[in-house]
Amino acid sequence: MSTIEDTKNHEDDATRRDFLHIAATGMGAVGAAVAVWPFIDQMNPAADTLALASVEVDISAVEEGESILVKWRGKPVFIRHRTPTEIEEARLADDIGLPDVQFDEERVTAGKEQWLILVGVCTHLGCVPLGTKSGDDKGEFGGWFCPCHGSHYDTSGRIRKGPAPKNLSVPEYAFLSDTVLKIG
Amino acid sequence: MALSPVTPNNKALAWLEERLPILTVANSVMGPGTPTPRNLNYMWNFGSLAGIMLVLQIITGIVLAMHYTASTMFAFDSVERIMRDVNYGWLIRYMHANGASMFFIVVYTHIFRGLYFGSYKAPREVLWMLGVVIFLLMMATAFMGYVLPWGQMSFWGATVITNLFSAIPVVGESIVTLLWGGFSVDNPTLNRFFSLHYLLPFVIAGVVILHLWAKKISDSGNPLGIEVKSTADQIPFHPFYTVKDAFGLGVFLIFFAYFLFFAPNALGHPDNYIPADPLVTPASIVPEWYFLPFYAILRSITFDLGPIDAKLLGVIAMFASILVWFFLPWLDGSKVRSGNFRPMFKIFFTILVVDMFVLMYVGGISPDLVLVDLGPNTAAILEQIIKAAPEAVKASIDSGMDINQAARIAGVNDAELAKMLETYRSSIQAIHLGMLATAYYFAHFLIILPVLGRVEKTLPLPESIAAAVIKPKTMPAE
Repeated sequence: MSTIEDTKNHEDDATRRDFLHIAATGMGAVGAAVAVWPFIDQMNPAADTLALASVEVDISAVEEGESILVKWRGKPVFIRHRTPTEIEEARLADDIGLPDVQFDEERVTAGKEQWLILVGVCTHLGCVPLGTKSGDDKGEFGGWFCPCHGSHYDTSGRIRKGPAPKNLSVPEYAFLSDTVLKIG
Repeated sequence: MALSPVTPNNKALAWLEERLPILTVANSVMGPGTPTPRNLNYMWNFGSLAGIMLVLQIITGIVLAMHYTASTMFAFDSVERIMRDVNYGWLIRYMHANGASMFFIVVYTHIFRGLYFGSYKAPREVLWMLGVVIFLLMMATAFMGYVLPWGQMSFWGATVITNLFSAIPVVGESIVTLLWGGFSVDNPTLNRFFSLHYLLPFVIAGVVILHLWAKKISDSGNPLGIEVKSTADQIPFHPFYTVKDAFGLGVFLIFFAYFLFFAPNALGHPDNYIPADPLVTPASIVPEWYFLPFYAILRSITFDLGPIDAKLLGVIAMFASILVWFFLPWLDGSKVRSGNFRPMFKIFFTILVVDMFVLMYVGGISPDLVLVDLGPNTAAILEQIIKAAPEAVKASIDSGMDINQAARIAGVNDAELAKMLETYRSSIQAIHLGMLATAYYFAHFLIILPVLGRVEKTLPLPESIAAAVIKPKTMPAE
């Protein structure tokens, strides 16, 4: 019945055999690539690391003008209770041509402008800027100062001077009540 | 590749040799059956020294791993326990820590030997490139090893260096998370660094075998930089160079022992004896001395270049400063290998060596450190005076005016002016020196070497190694 077809295929069997070779090798390559993925992804944060991804902080004891430092995801988080002057200073600097333009009101929760929550990691090379403890050097703009390579941050945690390219980042957070803050 | 066969008299050995010609290979790599240029000087000792240091690091490292605990809870304490309680633990740890520095001293000498004597030129390009691969692997290994004691410098060094990858556009942040295995340098990071720190030395050992294989194919270079022409140019590796290497090893071990027994912490940083604290950054983060030249290049780039920002450009420059070595065989067009016959190259090579030390110095100090004070910065002070001046007189002060006169017009008093003179000063800072040294570094490889290859007038090469180094016998005077 299909003898003629078969003979034809045998004569120039390159087509069929090559197809099988390419298909088999190709599948093998895809399989190998898929098998590599677990070996790469195992390096990403594990489930337990991710599970510890949020913390709750009682902020009732933080007086106006004071800051505290809490650890979140292995990193320091600055919580500053800003004075009205500090808020005003930050708002005045909104449109003076900042290196990383962002308005102060975008960086705080409306109605809770006094609370500034920042990831305390310098955006240059990851040092912890000074300015949280009372005796610390707060830099030229009254916010934070990174001693590693001299970046100055203002009272909104925005970069004003120095090598850091970006503002201190604001983590995901929510006020669970007036005194309890959930970070992450 | 010509092997020099060995036929042992011992029957058991002969039986083995027939099935696995291991003695033949040994004989052909460093035995009496390895003809070697007869004029190798002491600069040629550093290859075998590097091999010995690798073995020593592996042996001491394996022992340390028997007592070390790779966990952020216990790492620091387990290292202290090695230092205080484990029998000879202090000795083995100091051997390992100082051994890393010694390894780099040896390898830097070996590399600069190659740079001076043109060891990277045909037919030794692959031999040279394998050496660069070894150097890169060494840097990765040393970096991860320094993290293991989990001191302040360990932690913050790891934080700064892994953060470099965040400069990569789009995928940078994901790569950093992948390296950390979390949201910061933490326990998962320490564990994987330990695993890789244990693995990489064996990878290095593998590449060393390829390095030796490539050397066997192209034969050793030599200080004259001319090819071997006849057997008169050669002597057997053993006993001549085994003995020369052994003598050099003895001298080197004295140097090593000085640091080991009398200054074991001289090359380290005291802050690494403070347990790691993710919430407190040390006053200054300084890498180990052997990374300083490259760290200086990283920090010297403070300007953007088109769409590439300073941070990324710095990272690119740092990696490029080593990767440029891969292209050296093609960048240096001179047909003459040895620097001894290249009068202009010799000068630039010397500058490069000085340049490396300058970079090393700059990498270890704060970038804003004032090296030379050039006095008050008049332009900046005038600007301040104009700022302080009442609106009415602002227009009458111009930028070319004498400062004192301007101050008088603006009503700036002497105390205020003195403060301005103190604050606004022009100076040469470490960063400026770093920029200059970085510029020379790249100019040397990318501009000077290619140009020298075209314009330099080299000295005449000797006819052969034998003709150059064997003094004709003179008749004793009657």
